This record gives sequence, C-alpha cells and structure tokens, in this order.
Amino acid sequence: MELVCPAGNVPALKAAIDAGADAVYIGFKDDTNARSFAGLNFSDTKANKAIQLAHQKGTKLFVAINTFPQAGRWQTWQYAADQAADLGVDAIIAADIAVLDYISDKHPNINLHLSVQGSATNREALAFYQQQFGIKRAVLPRVLSMAQLRHLSKTSPVELEVFGYGSLCIMAEGRCYLSSYLTDQSPNTGGVCSPAKDVEWVTTSEGQDTYLNGVLIDRFKDHEKAGYPTLCKGRFQAGEHTYHALEEPTSLNTLNLLPELLQMGISAIKIEGRQRSPAYIAQVASIWRQAIDQAQQGNHQQPEEWNASLAALSEGHQTTLGAYHRPWQ
Amino acid sequence: MQLTLGPIPFFWPKQQVLDFYEGLLEQPVERIYLGESVCSKRREMRIQDWLDMASFLQDNGKQVVLSTLTLIEAESELKQLKRLCEQGQFLVEANDMGAVQLLSQQGVPFVTGSAINIYNGRSLRRLQQAGMQRWNLPVELSQTSLRETIAQAQDLSTEPLPQVEIFAYGYLPLAYAARCFTARHRNLPKDDCSFCCMEYPQGIPLASQNGEQLFVMNGIQTLSAKCYNLLNQIDVMREIGVNAVRISPTAPDMSEVIQRYNKSINAPQANAPKTGGMISLVADDANCNGYWFGQPGMNHQTNQMPAP
Repeated sequence: MELVCPAGNVPALKAAIDAGADAVYIGFKDDTNARSFAGLNFSDTKANKAIQLAHQKGTKLFVAINTFPQAGRWQTWQYAADQAADLGVDAIIAADIAVLDYISDKHPNINLHLSVQGSATNREALAFYQQQFGIKRAVLPRVLSMAQLRHLSKTSPVELEVFGYGSLCIMAEGRCYLSSYLTDQSPNTGGVCSPAKDVEWVTTSEGQDTYLNGVLIDRFKDHEKAGYPTLCKGRFQAGEHTYHALEEPTSLNTLNLLPELLQMGISAIKIEGRQRSPAYIAQVASIWRQAIDQAQQGNHQQPEEWNASLAALSEGHQTTLGAYHRPWQ
Repeated sequence: MQLTLGPIPFFWPKQQVLDFYEGLLEQPVERIYLGESVCSKRREMRIQDWLDMASFLQDNGKQVVLSTLTLIEAESELKQLKRLCEQGQFLVEANDMGAVQLLSQQGVPFVTGSAINIYNGRSLRRLQQAGMQRWNLPVELSQTSLRETIAQAQDLSTEPLPQVEIFAYGYLPLAYAARCFTARHRNLPKDDCSFCCMEYPQGIPLASQNGEQLFVMNGIQTLSAKCYNLLNQIDVMREIGVNAVRISPTAPDMSEVIQRYNKSINAPQANAPKTGGMISLVADDANCNGYWFGQPGMNHQTNQMPAP
C-alpha cells in the first residue's frame, strides 16, 4: 500500500519525502489543477527540481492535471500534459475526458490515474476510463461506505486509491457546482472551491461573520474560532433551525480503518492538502508512514497519540470517518 | 428547436406523478425525460411503472427518454442501472459514466445529462464516438463556453455534431452527496429515512443567517434556491445552434412555464422583450441566469449582453 502525500511547494515536497511518502503529488502553477491557489504549486523550474529531489530518494512524483479545460483554453492543459511527460513523472492524475484522451494518445507510456474529480464511484464507470484511456488507478470520491468500497475493491478493473486524511469534500467530487453558484469559480472550472479572493471576514459586535462573494456563510461568537468560509461547512437556516445543514467544519481521518483498507487490497492512501505547510505535511505523513508500516506487519495496535495528533491538526480540531461510516451518511 | 421536460427532481407520491404526466399530454412539450435521477430509495415508481408511463406517453405522440440515477454507488443501484440500459425500447439519458459505459458497450445511442462533464469539444467528440447523440451542457458553463466547445468540435471533425440541449428553466442541480440532507434535517439515519423527502415536494429551502435564500436540500441532492430562467435567451440559443431547451419540473403544474417557453420558441417576435428585462415566471429576485453569462450562477443579469 502506497502512501501518497501532497506538496504545494519544494519545502513541502522535501517534508513529504523525508517523512516517508511513497509518492508525492504536485500541480503546476496555473488552473490546470484543483488546488489553484495564489503562492502555491510548481513552475517549470520548480517542477524540474521536484522530480530530481523525488527520484534521488526513490520517491515517485505524480502531477495532477485534474481540472476541466474549457475549449477556448485547451492549449494550457495540453502544455501541462506535455510538460509532465517531458519531466518523466511517475503518473499524471487527470479527470477530463479530453485530457485523458490526449495523454493516452500522445504519451501512451505515462501512467494515468483517474483523479477524484473524475467522479467514478462504481465499477462500470471505472471500466469506461480503463477501456477508453488505459487508466492504471483511480482515486475514489469520498462518498462510498466501507461496505460499498469492499465490494468495489473485489470487482474494480483498476487499482484503487482512497482518501485517508485531510479536508473533507462531502459532495461527489467533479460533480459539485456549489462554489461556482456563489462565486465565479468551482473546482472543475477554476481549480478552486470557495475562492479566497471572494472571502470577507467582518468583525461584528458579537464576534465575526464570514462571507463568500457577499453571501453570509457563518457567524461566530467571540468565544468561537472563526473558520474559513468553505460554503458547504457554513451554518444555514432550514425551517426553524440554524445549523451546519450540510457538514460541520471537520476533517476526514480514516486511520482506524487502515487494517480493513489494507485487507481489501486498496493500493494507495491519499493525504489531502497541497495548500498545507511543510510542518503539517511532515507530521501527518510520518504518522501515516508508521501506521501503514505497522499494519503491513500485522500489528494493528495504534497508539492513541496518533489520532490525537491528527485531530489537533485537523479543521475545527474534529475528525470524522465521513461516508465510510454509514451512520454519517 | 425542441422543448423538453427533464425528470422530476423531487419525491412525489405515485398518483401525483401519474397525474403530472397525464396532464402533459395536452402540453406543447415534445420530449419527456422520465425516471428517478436523485435517490435509489425513492421507489414509489418502480422501473416497470416508468416503462409503462414511457409507453403511454410514446403512444400519445411524445418522445420519451429514460433518465438514470446520477450518483451510483451500491451494487443494487448498478443492477437497476443495467435494467434501464438494457431495456432496448427507449433512448436512455446517462447521468453517470457507469451508464455511459453500459450503453456504449451495447452500441446503442444515448443522451448525456448535465452531470456528465463535457467542458470542451474534444470530450464531446470522444463521447460521440462512444455513441452519444445528444448532450446537455453542464449547468455551470456559459454561452461563451458552449460556442467555444462547438467551434473546437468542428475543428476536430467534419462529422455532424451531436445535438445540444440546454437546461433553461428550474432549480439548478448543483451537487450530489452520499449523505442525505433531508434525513439529517429530520435527525433520521439515511438507512431508516422514513422516505421523509415526500414531505417536502419542493425540497427544504436553505437560507443564510441574514435571510438570503441559497440552496434547496433535496435528499442527497443540493439544488439552487433561485430558479434558473433563460426564457429571454431563446434567440441567442437558436443562433448558437442549440437543438433543445429543457424545463426542469419545479411544481406539479408546469403548464404556464411550458406555454411561455413554447411561445418564445415558436413565435419569437411575439415574445421578444424590447428592453433588457427578463420575462418573469416567478418573482424577479427569485430568478437567476448568471451561469449563462459567465458569472456566479446565482446572479441575475438583466442586460442581455454576455460578460466580456
């Protein structure tokens, strides 16, 4: 089982490699990837450095080109695909049919992984991408229960990678347009959800309000820590109630499920967070490295401090098993 | 240009569904999409009921397409999907790539719904090769994006383009989750939801804490609170080459909406607004059209020129 860690810059990449990542995934410095944030990601020069650093240490490097190019800007995605191929990356993570088609046609020797943004949640969808584009692996959306995942792991035509830890998307990825409904960008179009350019923090007499493009996402009292206004994690009114109607500000943590994931033959665990700091990535990656190594040796005793540390690093200091745990659904 | 009616997004009692479609026989909607596209637990209408309804509508002169579920996870859902894709009598609208796979393997032509991500001409041509004969533009894309997609597809091949259909009226389908927000609202577990969606025939409105209507929770689906409405864009769509305009059911009686759209399609001069205002079927501030103009979807642009 591979540990696949995120890196938004060279220090984070080094941190992930040193903490024992089997593979690190990065994106180029534009909106061809789903973490298109200011100050983040790899220019051509930095990407060159990344591949050298990774391969020196025997770590794989994946590049995410996982947004959906609109026709007028196709050249940017084609350039990104060619660039990744020239670098000799170990895999390209893609979602759009045109991008997959282009890479499988022009660069048939490159491993293709279907991005979570490809939104394949069943074996027939996986079979489509495998038969049409020869994908080797798929990253699964965070919507399947453990029972569904177990079934899929028995019938999938490709390797499966699942999210282990990090920010939790609760909607089927690649098919969520909530962000572009309120702002002009979504993960599919702009490589970003709830874009920072549209965020406003307003101090009130009672605390702080958070807005996204003028829409009130949440209100915090003085004693509450105001969180980033990710729109599906706001408090809204439904009927008489004001509550986290869609989801609480919480992170996914599946450390406790690791023995089962291993037993199912899941090929890789993905850590979310290319926007996170090198220190964060070092801590999360090293816990997961130890956990995977130990589980692979048949030792399923997880020290309590692992989960405690992961909880402390998480959004709202809360973690959840998300959709893997049926009662959450 | 054809007027179509999308599947009912909400969970209505069987009799209401039957009455709804019977009422459409007299309405000038040429093509009707039938089926459950949101939640596999909604079984007031069984597959056989949908097939019977499809035959009834077809016998009465309507074109019929069977719409698949959008988020397909469980084995039981795949089985239902297979049955739909293999029935052999009616055209199918694929709302998940799993459906695209099953249909293309059989070599039967199909339609793709707006949740199938076609963002460019190359994707369009690739799915056309797989058997797609008509596609729906993803709801978040603009008229500019549509023009560019068509132009790119024409550059790639001289083959006639698949027909294009536009979601023009209704609550926008914005997201699908594993979690059921309606059951959660009622503090019920998803596995024992008491089919409480039926108590919300137009979903559960979700507003910001200062009272702005944002979304509608509809089981595992999240819809826009505002009603997308491109009634005054029919001429623009015609000029782009749009083949069909879709109305998504918002209420048990859609006759006024259908008639207004039909009039706009068939007698454009009679209905064309002289100024920039939108023809309103609901209160003006409950309409939106931002996506079509390359803006946030919730926006309501009254000036009809696309954003530069």
